[in-house]
Amino acid sequence: MTTMTTTKPALEVKDLALEYRIGPDWKSAVRDINFTVERGQSFGLVGESGCGKSTIAMAIMHYLPRNGRISAGSIRVGGRDATELNSRELRNLRVNELSMVYQNPATSLNPSIRIGRQVEDVFELMGVPAAERGRRVQEVLDKVQIADPSRVARRYPHQLSGGMLQRVVIAMAIASRPALLILDEPTTGLDATVEAEVLDLVADLREEIGTSVLFISHNLAVIRKMCDRVAVLYAGRLMAEGPTEEMFTNPTHPYTVGLLRSLPSAETGRRDETTLDTIPGFLPALGADITGCVYAERCGNVEDICRQVEPELIPVPGDAVSRCHFPDRAQDLPRNVPEVAARRERSQETLLAISNTSKTFVQEGLPVYALHDIDLEIRVGETVALVGESGSGKSTLAKVLLGIHAPDDGAVITLSGKGLAAKVEKRTQGEIGAIQMVFQNPDSALNRRHSVRRIIGRAVRLLRPGGKKQIDDRTKNLLSEVRMGAQHYLSKPRQLSGGLKQRVAIARAFAGTPALVICDEPTSALDVSVQAAIINLLAELQAEENVSYLFISHDLNVVRYIADRVAVMYLGRLMEVGPAVRVFDGPHHPYTEALLSASPELEEDTRIRLEGEIPAASNPPSGCVFQTRCPRKIGEICETVEPPLEEAEPGWFKRCHIPVEELRALQHP
Amino acid sequence: MGRFIVRRIGLALITLALLSVLVFIGTQLLPGDVGRRVLGPFATQESVDILNARLGTDRPLLVQYTDWIGGAVTGDLGDSITLARPVTELVGRALLNSAKLGALAFVIVVPLSILGGILAALRRGKLVDRIVTVGGLSATVIPEFVSGIILILVFAVTLGWLPGTASAPRGSGFLTQLRHLILPAMCLVLVLFGYIARITRAGVIEALEADYTRTAILKGLPRSIVIRREVLRNALLPTIAVVASQVGYLIGGLVIVETLFSYQGIGQLLVGAARNADFPLLAGGVLVVGAVFQVSMLLADLSYSWLNPRIRLGGSG
Repeated sequence: MTTMTTTKPALEVKDLALEYRIGPDWKSAVRDINFTVERGQSFGLVGESGCGKSTIAMAIMHYLPRNGRISAGSIRVGGRDATELNSRELRNLRVNELSMVYQNPATSLNPSIRIGRQVEDVFELMGVPAAERGRRVQEVLDKVQIADPSRVARRYPHQLSGGMLQRVVIAMAIASRPALLILDEPTTGLDATVEAEVLDLVADLREEIGTSVLFISHNLAVIRKMCDRVAVLYAGRLMAEGPTEEMFTNPTHPYTVGLLRSLPSAETGRRDETTLDTIPGFLPALGADITGCVYAERCGNVEDICRQVEPELIPVPGDAVSRCHFPDRAQDLPRNVPEVAARRERSQETLLAISNTSKTFVQEGLPVYALHDIDLEIRVGETVALVGESGSGKSTLAKVLLGIHAPDDGAVITLSGKGLAAKVEKRTQGEIGAIQMVFQNPDSALNRRHSVRRIIGRAVRLLRPGGKKQIDDRTKNLLSEVRMGAQHYLSKPRQLSGGLKQRVAIARAFAGTPALVICDEPTSALDVSVQAAIINLLAELQAEENVSYLFISHDLNVVRYIADRVAVMYLGRLMEVGPAVRVFDGPHHPYTEALLSASPELEEDTRIRLEGEIPAASNPPSGCVFQTRCPRKIGEICETVEPPLEEAEPGWFKRCHIPVEELRALQHP
Repeated sequence: MGRFIVRRIGLALITLALLSVLVFIGTQLLPGDVGRRVLGPFATQESVDILNARLGTDRPLLVQYTDWIGGAVTGDLGDSITLARPVTELVGRALLNSAKLGALAFVIVVPLSILGGILAALRRGKLVDRIVTVGGLSATVIPEFVSGIILILVFAVTLGWLPGTASAPRGSGFLTQLRHLILPAMCLVLVLFGYIARITRAGVIEALEADYTRTAILKGLPRSIVIRREVLRNALLPTIAVVASQVGYLIGGLVIVETLFSYQGIGQLLVGAARNADFPLLAGGVLVVGAVFQVSMLLADLSYSWLNPRIRLGGSG
């Protein structure tokens, strides 16, 4: 398949510098990048948004945007420099030796061409005779574990789920058994269970076909699982590089240390016990002229020399390099925690109670059972986490609480003991202010045309009417509570970073002194260091205001850190509800067990694979809705009788036919 | 898809029914005494009454409406007052003329503007792009009576290449008719070119920048195939819808051009009917134009949804 000599490394990046033209000027995006991916190796590029990861990937594919260019250095794929190839040679390189898998599988496939045809292209380009192509398409789809290849080949992209589409993209990428496969955030945006499957698939395929992999991700756990070596990027500079385990267990750069510390994990402890580390400050602007170390402004170990002399990449023990003047001191980095962990008063008083709540939508004349028989209470000052795969009904439940969707007849929702109207139009000003929401994507949740001050001012005026002076004071108070200084008051959302925007959104939610704030994936669009700061902020606000949170998230480490109680949803039903410690420690509901086992920190052999996809909510399975995918299914009863949500232990509820003791025996043999 | 078509056709019928009521109100009810409006203030009451009886406008409104709409459904829209001919016949003939003009304009403008839009998108920021976008926009904002007069002055009066009126002498052949129609069609081309070209350009640029186009290029597909299959296929979707929705305009909205080039089309017929208080002709004409408009919109929607698998095949399955 390849014409090149096989002794050359799969990828060699030397002294690479890339620039973007912004207005009349060329600004440096990355510079001085050196790394090598050996044959058969898996190499990780990790860093936060804006560090230049994807720019490097696109440069390797020789596909920089119109305003981008390689200003120095070279990229050699299998020993050949792509910049020296003519267009036919470049196409051959892409056909045979270089493939890529992208972040968003749903937009990466042509919406108006059938899957089979899009995969067949690859074989056609490789010169496979027409008669053989159909078989090859089936084979490769089969290889990426698509159950019914001939059916899937006839589909259009919109008819498949995200995980399935990513398998198709991977199938196209590996069809030619390329020398180098670039994976750019291949699982970002997919559910944890799907992510786990896709990662397993990539690992298996790598073993099978021996491809070298360049794996790009902001997710440290994923990189750790997938890569032999890893390079850490910051502000377009390579800060550290080395064998993965060495980099994670014995980091020699303060930035790596900071990133690792800001991730909540099973060992971190809960929010009452500890505050998450954050990295202070912000990424420098693209092309900013910095003398000294680019990280000096945010580094806790900074010395005078760091601001004057940029450190070289120096070798450190363990076959690694670090761009730091003081690599030995990296792990002594002082912790950056604003205050000691916030202590909170606990209350047994119920704030919000929903019972007997279902929501049925009608789509094209057919009922879709989005929520079924939800019973849940949230106590004063408590955080209840809502977890489950996409499509499980988490957001629908949030919308029912907010009064955006009216539940089916028979639902009872009470706030502080008083009945709450189903529709937001029928609720009082006080009730509306009492239940507020923070969205996943602050970009689309904030009015782009208004200044920060106006956004907050409007919310205050609506939810807490008063004189101009009072409104102004309250606005300023709120902004200082979310740690936003006066310099941001007149900024428009687009001038703020993702973390700052989310702070504005949080301030707005707190405008009416809410009793309950629904946080829908509030940190999943943010970088880890920013995520830590936002989670800390939410915990502090809770301690100060005694507010309750309904925290929707798919990141179980974040949930473990922040939640008092956890509710697990599947296909519109609560499957398990209980204290966070109890839910995480087990014995678990089989579905929860599967969710927990999808964490990339765990090894593949402990994983519980869920067969198939979530069934359609318009046609839920008979009996227990999880029975079609349940690895612990015990028999006919699961198919015929839907188990009730029963209190199996005090405060712990499960919807499963298997008794607790049996679950314990199964899960902790 | 079947459900969609049924619903879309149902919607079109409802719209037409509403239009018929509005037209009826506008032409039979608002003028008050129809006979008086036709005959003028100096006619005797007696002759007004006779006319009203002949036209049937002395009957109760509901009876008048059901009579009119019942006739409309069976293809009888009554007689024109001033021309003393069946409305259907007059409207039909005018509509045919308008359709000829519209079709010619369409045949010229569609390929021209789509090609211009594609070229502009592929050469973004270059000279071709500037000419298409700036030129197209300038041509669109010039009213037809200005561009029409310029065209007549240059090509008919000064150069003498083409006739300045649209109506060919009776009995002339296809090519002569065509020659007469070129200038008025150019007027319409100027109006539509910029619009369609810009929509095409925007669609092509969006598709060029789409992730799936990146996938196709990085798969190693040659540029020509990428553009033909990946880009154009998705980019032309909105264009087709826009083009089809212009059919209505081309047939029903040609008043100015037809007047300027004294062409016996539907636009001119309706203007004449309004000026002469010929209410049956006006009502029938407007109703027919409305129907043509609806059908063209319906075709636009259907062609768009047929070409788009997301609509054709419905949601995930």
